[in-house]
Amino acid sequence: MNGLHIGAGGRIGLGAVGLLLLLAIWQASVQFHLVPPGLLPAPTELWTAFVSEVSGGFWVQAIKDSLVHYIAGLLIGSVLGAGAGLVCASIPIVDALTGGVVRLLRPIPGLAWVPFAILWFGLNNVGATFVIAISVFWINFYAAYGAVKSVDQELYEVAAAFGHRGFLARLHYVTLPAAMPGLLAGLRTGLGQGWMSVVAAELFGVPGVGARMMQASSLLATDIVVVYMITMAGLYALTDFLFGLVRDRVLRWQG
Amino acid sequence: MSDMTSLVRVQDAGLSHDGGKNFIFRHVDLEIEEGQFVAVLGPSGVGKSTLLRVIMGLIAPTEGTTTLSTAREQQTGSRRSALVFQDARLMPWRTVRGNVELGLEGLGLSRSERHQRAEGSLELVKLSAEASRWPRQLSGGQRQRVGVARALTVNPDLLLMDEPFGALDAITRKNLQTELLAIWQKTRKTVLFVTHDIDEALLLADRVIVLAGKPASVRGDLKVGKRPRDPSSPALRALAGRLRSLIAGEEDPGDTPYWQAAEI
Repeated sequence: MNGLHIGAGGRIGLGAVGLLLLLAIWQASVQFHLVPPGLLPAPTELWTAFVSEVSGGFWVQAIKDSLVHYIAGLLIGSVLGAGAGLVCASIPIVDALTGGVVRLLRPIPGLAWVPFAILWFGLNNVGATFVIAISVFWINFYAAYGAVKSVDQELYEVAAAFGHRGFLARLHYVTLPAAMPGLLAGLRTGLGQGWMSVVAAELFGVPGVGARMMQASSLLATDIVVVYMITMAGLYALTDFLFGLVRDRVLRWQG
Repeated sequence: MSDMTSLVRVQDAGLSHDGGKNFIFRHVDLEIEEGQFVAVLGPSGVGKSTLLRVIMGLIAPTEGTTTLSTAREQQTGSRRSALVFQDARLMPWRTVRGNVELGLEGLGLSRSERHQRAEGSLELVKLSAEASRWPRQLSGGQRQRVGVARALTVNPDLLLMDEPFGALDAITRKNLQTELLAIWQKTRKTVLFVTHDIDEALLLADRVIVLAGKPASVRGDLKVGKRPRDPSSPALRALAGRLRSLIAGEEDPGDTPYWQAAEI
């Protein structure tokens, strides 16, 4: 190749150019009737829709509502998933015992659990939390499982040679720190997956960003739908950015 | 025979991973006195490193016994033994100082006591300036020095070294050998040093134990005198030749399992 190198600043700049290009093509195709009218809202119409959602108080309320079960589902799913993955990967008998159960439950999407969420917990935050927690659980389960399985076994001997033996000492001195990059990668993927499941979790009427989106959708108010699409993208970008800061701090040793 | 200064005693030790069908080593008898620098010399793959781990207590012997005991009272913040690995094996998520403190944790020392001890060991290996760096930022030689400091910090009665300089380039190896001798002369630790390098054994050790055969056993046990040494001196050249034939199994140790060379 001709050795063209793109720096960090250049990447951000080019990313912005790409976004602007998308908006321009989108605006032009609506304005010049390249797409039949009514199929797609123009970017310029979105601002009006956004302002009316904000001034009506719907926007902030929807975000607040979603955050309640997003955060709860994320925490519960991540902790249980990472914990279960860690235990399965480090105790062979548990690994063997749960192998079949994992294969049975793993392919079931969070959405399929919605009827049970309603039955077991009702049309409320708890039910929505359950659906989000399930999707986040598996991501963290496999991330933790893989991370623990690939820990450099020789480091356990180092720990033992310096007096750190037994399950808890091994966990503290080797397993957890060595698996940390994989654990954090799982958490990060879960952050995104959590927002995707928010829509599924709110499908059946628990209030939030997803529910508001579904309401607008049933009225064919596509401008409002897009406002909430972008809202979710923004919330994801924000949580991912904040998480990235924490991760870089925790994994300083990787450089 | 068994006087009070014998720190390590290995009696008829054997190790088998298949319930006694095949032995890695068998009928190994050893006594190591306090303050000695002992090299265990043998071909690659003979089981020297495994014997080291059995002596340290990381692996239980299939037959026989090994004991590590000293009349001295154990001080707070010290361990009976410590091991230096061939490939440093630092924990990449700990700083240099954090790695050196590994063995001190769980011994009831305060954080500042641990720092102080780690700092002292880092000074011994001339790495004080690198205390806050990460292992990935160090050269191979520096990493190995951290490994030595980590072992010295726990003030072990027995310092075990498993081919610690085997993976380093010739110049770095020479430097570290010289530094190790200086540290040993300062601390007078009992050292058990595994190597397959005859010259290294002759340069460093008071005593060279030859481990060879299948299953491995002690094929020679000889003293090397006088320091500093010149490895190119005729006496050491002659000794190197005998060691080479012992390792190759060309020289039969005869009826007595211990083959003592006259002090040179």
